[in-house]
Amino acid sequence: MSSTIPASQQHADLQHAGQYHADHRLFGLATFLVADGMTFAGFFAAYLTFRAVNPLPAGAVYELELLLPTVNTVLLLLSSLTFHRAGTALKQGDNARCRRWLLLTAALGFTFLAGQMKEYFSLPFGLTDNLFASTFYAITGFHGLHVTLGGLMILIVWWQSRPGGRVSASNLFPLEATELYWHFVDGIWVVLYGILYLL
Amino acid sequence: MTLTLFPPQTTTPLQPRGWLRYLSFSTDHKVIGLQYLVCGFLFYLVGGALAGAIRTELLTPISDFLPRDTYNEVLTLHGTVMIFLWIVPVVNGGFGNYLIPFYVGARDMAFPRLNAVAFWLIPPAGLLLISSYFIGSAPQSGWTAYPPLSLTTPAIGQVLWILSVLLLGGSSIFGGINFIATILKLRRPGLKLMQLPMYCWAMLGTSILVVLSTPVLAGTLVLLSFDIIAHTGFFNPALGGNAVVYQHLFWFYSHPAVYIMVLPAFGLVSEILPIHARKPLFGYTTMVYSIMGIVVLGLIVWAHHMFTSGTPPWMRLFFTIATSFIAVPTGIKFFNWIATLWGGKIALNTAMLFCCGFIVNFVFGGITGVALAQVPFDIHVHDTYFVVGHFHYIVYGGTVFVIFASIYHWYPKFTGRLLNEPLGQLHFWLTFVGFNLCFAPQHWLGLNGMPRRVAEYDPQFQLINQISSAGALLMAISTLPFLINVLISAFCGQQAGDNPWNGLTPEWLTSSPPPVENWKGEAPLVTEPYGYGVHPHPSTP
Repeated sequence: MSSTIPASQQHADLQHAGQYHADHRLFGLATFLVADGMTFAGFFAAYLTFRAVNPLPAGAVYELELLLPTVNTVLLLLSSLTFHRAGTALKQGDNARCRRWLLLTAALGFTFLAGQMKEYFSLPFGLTDNLFASTFYAITGFHGLHVTLGGLMILIVWWQSRPGGRVSASNLFPLEATELYWHFVDGIWVVLYGILYLL
Repeated sequence: MTLTLFPPQTTTPLQPRGWLRYLSFSTDHKVIGLQYLVCGFLFYLVGGALAGAIRTELLTPISDFLPRDTYNEVLTLHGTVMIFLWIVPVVNGGFGNYLIPFYVGARDMAFPRLNAVAFWLIPPAGLLLISSYFIGSAPQSGWTAYPPLSLTTPAIGQVLWILSVLLLGGSSIFGGINFIATILKLRRPGLKLMQLPMYCWAMLGTSILVVLSTPVLAGTLVLLSFDIIAHTGFFNPALGGNAVVYQHLFWFYSHPAVYIMVLPAFGLVSEILPIHARKPLFGYTTMVYSIMGIVVLGLIVWAHHMFTSGTPPWMRLFFTIATSFIAVPTGIKFFNWIATLWGGKIALNTAMLFCCGFIVNFVFGGITGVALAQVPFDIHVHDTYFVVGHFHYIVYGGTVFVIFASIYHWYPKFTGRLLNEPLGQLHFWLTFVGFNLCFAPQHWLGLNGMPRRVAEYDPQFQLINQISSAGALLMAISTLPFLINVLISAFCGQQAGDNPWNGLTPEWLTSSPPPVENWKGEAPLVTEPYGYGVHPHPSTP
């Protein structure tokens, strides 16, 4: 390669040759969420197989209460909606409104977790009681970890979008990434609710 | 998608220069690639020493060199080290990181910091795994860690094994995300997908498999660790669990893992053959579709590892048929490589020799693979040395041969110096003879019923085992000329110039070793990476 490059070409270099490139972090996150989704898919497949071929010991309880999880489902779905409103507000440059919606979203998320805790403590079985119990706690616990992480991320974005913070209409990425993740966690819950509670 | 423009992250002023870069958290894809290669090779030596211990034990029918438990530890560590710390990191992370940014015309990977994180997960994971041997007990349940065996062997080793594999799986997933984003999103403007060098397609297919299947293994191993630590019963039949579900989930990753190990090798061979045969790669389009076909089929063949696990007849039928189908895209690729060589001006150098060795070995391993896919045959030889012979023909005769071919081929790019050719030829012939002497007889052992994973065997098998061990000794010796060659040539090797093989792929169109951001000027637009002998090219004879 020649080491003398015409100025015009150096300019083209900066513009086109990959020296600067578009922001692909959301694409990367989406790919990661596919991987994360496959972890849940593995758990669901294991649960369904256990259910199909492994009879529970006599007297094992695996009836779940439906009211609390259903309320929880509604809360999570609402939180996806409120997060969407937060994103819309930020894009319009209204940080204050965005932050109110973010707080509401986080509150819904943590209420969901509180509900989950309440359910855990009221269930008649523990982690090691039987195969159904173990699988139930493993899957809902893994999902609960995701909600916890998402809730913390929302609080961080809430803090970052304060006046003078790094998140604003000109830097949407932290909010968009958290939003994508949050919708993913909600979507997983809907599948989980269908498989674990309704089926 | 926001339109923020990203400045390159490769030239942080704080990063050290010189050889210290290779011990640093460098975000330069070339540094990371070589970190993977060297780190992987060190683990290859560890895994090789363990293999030497296995073959020494098997010189005699009784358990005399190693106690039985130690033998189990050694074979478990051997499998895990070779797969997770040598082949997967080197053939993906090593060559992938070094070559893919060149091939797509980028200055680095899409996420350079994530890339460095992915590499630096590997050394601690490896040390964690090996440390288990010194702090009580190494894992003893094989690289498959099937329960209930993995629940009854000492827990400390098994838990450390799980932690280590989780870290390595995370590294692999981060790498896969990076490759997918780099190949799909970071291509130089004007470069179309169907103009990419074949290794890009191989890495795209591999990364799709990594992203889809590795998380399933990770989740499964977390459940297994619950069984060990918290005494849940997911996979423990004594507690009402289901051990076969573990096998399904394990092989949902670990069969695609075979393709995660060989698809990149297929890609590397497709780069090396055209250059040294001075001909275009035959059947580019069919190669691409074959790779993607293998990706799809590779995800739906896992239960052929489980034909003796009480698998119902419909499942056996399905997985036999699906597995047999994989021979079609694989066969297409082999015919394409042979057609690439056909009538070419072949330079029979070390890189080419290792590629030819790969073709011979892999065809043999592929044929025994198709045989193993058939239920009646598989039930006869399941868990015997036939399977051991088969998969070593795939992962060693296939992938490791390609790793060596690639090192001989790209070493001039890494260092600016050529490897010594006579030492290289010696390395090849020792490896080729040693490998076949070691693993071909194992098929006979398996057909006659010698089980795998045991330290003791029927005395009638002693002679064949000794022949196999002699082959292993040759393989161990073959490492010496290679090590000497690589170490000495770095300082005293013949100067290679920028493009010693007259290659057309983009990595040859920059200096050797390349500058930090790959090209001093604009990235070249290479739309015909295999245009050998087709169009006049200033540097092509």
